[in-house]
Amino acid sequence: MTSIRSIDRFEYRAPGSLDETLDILKTSGTDAKVLAGGTDLILQMKQGLIRPSLVVDVKKVPELNRLEWDEVGGLHVGAVVPLNKLATFPAILERYNILAQACSVIGSAQVRNRGTMAGNICNAAPSADSAPALLCLGAGAVVASSNGARSIDLNDFFVAPGETAIGDGELMVEIEVPTPPPHSAGCYIRHTTREEMDIAVVGVASFLTLSPQDKTLKEARIALGAVAPTPVRAHGAEAFLTGKSVTPDIIEEVAEKAAAEANPISDLRGSAEYRRELVRVLVRRTLRESCSELGLIE
Amino acid sequence: MKIKVNGQDYEITVEPGRTLLDILRYELRLTGTKEGCGTGSCGSCTVLLDGEAVNSCLVFAIEVEGKEITTIEGLSQQGKLHPLQQAFIDEGAVQCGFCTPGVILTAKAFLDSNPHPTELEIRQAIAGNLCRCTGYDKIVRAIMSATNS
Repeated sequence: MTSIRSIDRFEYRAPGSLDETLDILKTSGTDAKVLAGGTDLILQMKQGLIRPSLVVDVKKVPELNRLEWDEVGGLHVGAVVPLNKLATFPAILERYNILAQACSVIGSAQVRNRGTMAGNICNAAPSADSAPALLCLGAGAVVASSNGARSIDLNDFFVAPGETAIGDGELMVEIEVPTPPPHSAGCYIRHTTREEMDIAVVGVASFLTLSPQDKTLKEARIALGAVAPTPVRAHGAEAFLTGKSVTPDIIEEVAEKAAAEANPISDLRGSAEYRRELVRVLVRRTLRESCSELGLIE
Repeated sequence: MKIKVNGQDYEITVEPGRTLLDILRYELRLTGTKEGCGTGSCGSCTVLLDGEAVNSCLVFAIEVEGKEITTIEGLSQQGKLHPLQQAFIDEGAVQCGFCTPGVILTAKAFLDSNPHPTELEIRQAIAGNLCRCTGYDKIVRAIMSATNS
């Protein structure tokens, strides 16, 4: 574990508008850092991993505090909305069960009262719990700079451990998540050594959409955490499952394929072999749970 | 900057890099709030920020300008202990006492939002507070008994 040190001097700004924030980011050096909940940023500053000369606290920017849902526009989670607000937001509880599950296991109550979903994915840990769920839901990250705004498909968002597709001078504004289609179900299950306050050894999210006429799967998405340099989709396993009627044998085969697609490392949390086996087990469990929610299996 | 702690207004000068924990202990001399790990893992430094439990070691003091902080020193009213504090004494839920202020404040915020929790809910709620002495049973019992008082 990296030791704790005192934090070097830095300039602190807390702009009250998006324009002002983007102006600051445009003219600031590349070592400026954006502060939302701070549960990762302040820790990294204490550990001396980053030494920003400027910290821009964006919690007062109205656009970044947005938490809204409607059928057509989907869910919009502003970059500074703390995780605990998501756990009680009715639309998330009713329609985005997989996201509620993923966000409820991040850190402790104290961390969730400060930390944000945007921070969870901007930190870009391969084990980020919200990432597999967001990948399954087809989420996008809205980023803005003084040149305008753009949306980054989450499939293209994670570049490397700790590295995202957000460019210099760009600010994460919100995460947008389309409304899940009818006849869909999904879940996120992770394995940790301890029950609470731990980082996933492996995390798996599955999300299935059913064709109600013939009971085949119109779409299948499977996303894996902590088994590659970034959170990843198991595209081969997804393609194999799409269009099929689910049977226990098919689930086994899909789990096997997803395990083969994982590219885990060995570290203190688990060996590569163990992680691969966990992918198999957790893909099977998430698929069974999603199928049972869809009424496909007992 | 202006900061309100336990109902009292303070005006202080702070460097941006100083944490809320640091200010509480070394500027305001409210040493009931403890530093354990300094990394947001142990919960010893838990205080209430506008009623919500946060790790004060992972909050810059400058972020809480104009907000209300409650520390363990602010829980008793007119010399009378808060029911949670009394319950911790009655149940013997304190050994070395280092984690206790943090646990009690986490429990207070939790009970404010969920006045009649199950034992499992209590255990999940205090997952971010480490205790090296008690094995948690007496802590859980104390929180449970405070819900009945």
